[in-house]
Amino acid sequence: MTAAAPIVLDVRDLRAYLYTRWGVVRAVDGVSFFLREGETLGLVGESGCGKTMTGLSVVRLLPEPTGRIVEGHVFLEGEDLVTKSESEMRHVRGRRVAMILQDPQTSLNPVFTIGDQLVETLRLHHADGKRSLAGRAEDALRRVKVAAPEQRMRAYPHQMSGGMKQRVVGAIAVAGEPRVLIADEPTTALDVTIQLQYLALLKEIQARTKLAMLFITHDFGIVARMCDRVAVMYAGRIVETGPTRTLFRSPRHPYTEALMASVPRMEGSVTRLPSIEGQPPPLHDLPAGCRFAPRCAYVDDRCRREYPPTMPVGPAHEVACWRVESSPPSR
Amino acid sequence: MARVEERIDAGFAASTAGDESALRRVRGDLARMPWVSLVIITIMVLGAALAPLIAPHSPTEQSLPDKLRPPAWEAGGSTKHLLGTDVLGRDVLSRLIYGARVSLSVAAVALLAGGGIGLMVGIVSGYLGGRVDSFLMRVVDATLTFPTILIALLLAVSLGQGLQTIAIAITVLIWARFARVVRGEVLAVKARDFVALARVHGCSHLRIMTVHIVPNVLNTFMVLLTLHIGFVIIVEASLSFLGAGIPPPTPSWGQMVADGRSHIASAWWLSVVPGAAIMLVVLAFNLFGDWLRDWLDPRLRQV
Amino acid sequence: MLEGRVIAAQPLIQAENLTKHFPVTRGLLVGRTTGHVKAVDGVSFAIGRQETLGLVGESGCGKTTTSRLLLRLEAPTAGRVLLDGQDVHALRGAELSRYHTRVQAVFQDPWSSLNPRLRIRDTIAEALVVNRRVTRAGKLERVEEVLHQVGLPLSAAARYPHEFSGGQRQRIALASALAASPELIVLDEPVSALDVSIRAQIMNLLKDLQARQQLSFLLVAHNLATVRYIAHRTAVMYLGRIVEYADTESLYRSPLHPYTKALFAAALPADPDAPRDDMILTGEVPSPIDPPSGCHFHPRCPFAMEQCSRVAPELKAVAPQHVVSCHLY
Repeated sequence: MTAAAPIVLDVRDLRAYLYTRWGVVRAVDGVSFFLREGETLGLVGESGCGKTMTGLSVVRLLPEPTGRIVEGHVFLEGEDLVTKSESEMRHVRGRRVAMILQDPQTSLNPVFTIGDQLVETLRLHHADGKRSLAGRAEDALRRVKVAAPEQRMRAYPHQMSGGMKQRVVGAIAVAGEPRVLIADEPTTALDVTIQLQYLALLKEIQARTKLAMLFITHDFGIVARMCDRVAVMYAGRIVETGPTRTLFRSPRHPYTEALMASVPRMEGSVTRLPSIEGQPPPLHDLPAGCRFAPRCAYVDDRCRREYPPTMPVGPAHEVACWRVESSPPSR
Repeated sequence: MARVEERIDAGFAASTAGDESALRRVRGDLARMPWVSLVIITIMVLGAALAPLIAPHSPTEQSLPDKLRPPAWEAGGSTKHLLGTDVLGRDVLSRLIYGARVSLSVAAVALLAGGGIGLMVGIVSGYLGGRVDSFLMRVVDATLTFPTILIALLLAVSLGQGLQTIAIAITVLIWARFARVVRGEVLAVKARDFVALARVHGCSHLRIMTVHIVPNVLNTFMVLLTLHIGFVIIVEASLSFLGAGIPPPTPSWGQMVADGRSHIASAWWLSVVPGAAIMLVVLAFNLFGDWLRDWLDPRLRQV
Repeated sequence: MLEGRVIAAQPLIQAENLTKHFPVTRGLLVGRTTGHVKAVDGVSFAIGRQETLGLVGESGCGKTTTSRLLLRLEAPTAGRVLLDGQDVHALRGAELSRYHTRVQAVFQDPWSSLNPRLRIRDTIAEALVVNRRVTRAGKLERVEEVLHQVGLPLSAAARYPHEFSGGQRQRIALASALAASPELIVLDEPVSALDVSIRAQIMNLLKDLQARQQLSFLLVAHNLATVRYIAHRTAVMYLGRIVEYADTESLYRSPLHPYTKALFAAALPADPDAPRDDMILTGEVPSPIDPPSGCHFHPRCPFAMEQCSRVAPELKAVAPQHVVSCHLY
């Protein structure tokens, strides 16, 4: 269905490094993916894999002065964001690419009412008068299912629950009618029942506006529910990309396999939970060759020497692993 | 979830412990230290400590034929008195060096006493909370409203001039500032899980305060100490300037500035030299304190 | 398969009608009590030897306060906690010291659970040292023993916390809980701050430790799949009360209380083809200062009946080892 939709965001070989006093942290080290209109791509990985930095790189919000995009392209509807100036990026952020972050506590300014904060954003995108902007703000709140929006406009963030704050954050994010939304673990700090409400809301907004979403998370349950395609990240690189169902049913990269196996299930027998021994390599001291090699059950010599290229293994399914070289791609 | 910086720190520490990259790190650290400040501080401390050995003259020896000589680089100056002489013919350089002693000893006593009291009050107040906390903080608030110099003058007048008086006056003035900041830190530390776990282990309140709380507020406390050295030196100088400080003939920088006031137009060096010394030393301590705070703060450790 | 356990005649630890109300005060100089946060409101359960009780619920349900009441970090407003029949909040002196060696804890945040100024060995041995259970020589020996039990190298003993990763820190926290040879460890969200693959490591470790030693766990968590993996029995809490309490298998096979059902529906399975019985609850979680009348859940319950807002339902056994507090049953 969405296969024919146009590509809105095209990231090619992106490299973003952090220059710290201990060395160069290669947080994003050659990452490529794309987003189609109306679809959701999940970016999955554990802490330190670079997924948050990837999201920040797309909108050029890397921590300063340590972070820098070193190489690569981020094509937003054909325009390369990497080459844009800072003032040009200011027009892109919020209006064409929006971002939702994890912690609702720190996403809103505690000394302004949420009405003020909404209006502040809307003013950047609409040249309307005060009353009209307030009306738009109330509409925005209504669209994210905030009850009694007229009262809520005058409320301060600390008077609202976490779930409601995230809704407001979402309202601010989509106020500029962006083409791409980057959601970085938006529900991690929320209760599960609230999380369900929120994810349903995001899906609804996406259906209405044909938003392309990059959903950064470590939770496979969310991925299964929300994402059309998934990219798995490890130590700064994407190791596997594919349609959600394919990745769950037949993961091809040993890390994807092991990661999924280590998630406890709600049904089935409760046997010993397989875990991955060891830890990911430090991003400032990466080994030559495949970065998962020290922990891989199928490792061989070549893996340790050379980093495997990304190879197709199925329709829209690609993996960076030497093992798949032997099996021909099935089309 | 932990802050990104903390995870990166842990990753670095774990992988570079005892490594050659540790050497690189140390070299990087050394490059960023506030060298100028350290040099100034060292000179002052050494000067004060070795005063009898390095001062060219006695600070109190008068020599009226030599009075009001300008510094060596001016016309009429000589290398016998590198920074000139005052109205009684006493060597300015020697008085400067001995004056450093006064400033440092007052600072040391006042900071130890004031800082010590403030530390204890802050810890007890922050840890025990409740009414004890409310009461102590009201005392702190009251103390902080005292007009600094006025109180010091009052004390000087009632207790008489001398090192003791100044030390007491400054202690009274600064303990409250320490107490307030330390209490804030204690509240933050108290909220961390390892304190609750210490109670689960069965630790007494005393043990928790000494083993868990104090070591974790020491960083802040030390930074506060260094940042207050400048303040204390200025207070002492101000008191001496106003005539309520160390009595003559013991040289004190503030007093030297005061004495030179009436000769400002003709013998500028009498006030400017000790004034410049005060400024440089206070600046050096402040810069050092800033650097220390940044260095000790794990969050700011990148780049 | 985890099987249901028969509760031993004398459980190791019991909560009897535990209640904790926190006063809410206003006013600058003189505090007036304007209300109470009813964090825990009449909670009863029992944990047997070598058994794990899972306590699940969302934020504000009172599960953390309950665990703190067991650890004597809070004193109950009403009700008791009994360890082998003895009221733990009445303990003093040598008996209290003994209590501290029998009940220990591991908390959620590995970055906050260790004193950064103490070496690992001093943190681990603290319960032993404070309760005078060990000599200086014996201390190191015991530290090495527990480090081995949690899978850490002996070299860790002399190091400082900042040298370790999140997963390793949780192991250290576990080691310090094990050092005094406790009978019960309260685990408050022990793995939720850890990466997915590390969680599995720690959960396996917990299971192994329980099997090898006479250990009971109170596992407070919000992740249902995690709880299922370790807990023999599970209690579901909502706004200070237990709404359902059963053998884990029985609970997971057929959740009865509407809130439990909603919770299960919200526990997204890692399976894109799993059937979606979305029970999306309306509204927000009410404040524990002013909980709804009758059954606390009635404003959000899709099955609410007239009497639900008037009368609070009792905990009733609906199946063997399965109690629910709901008017539907």
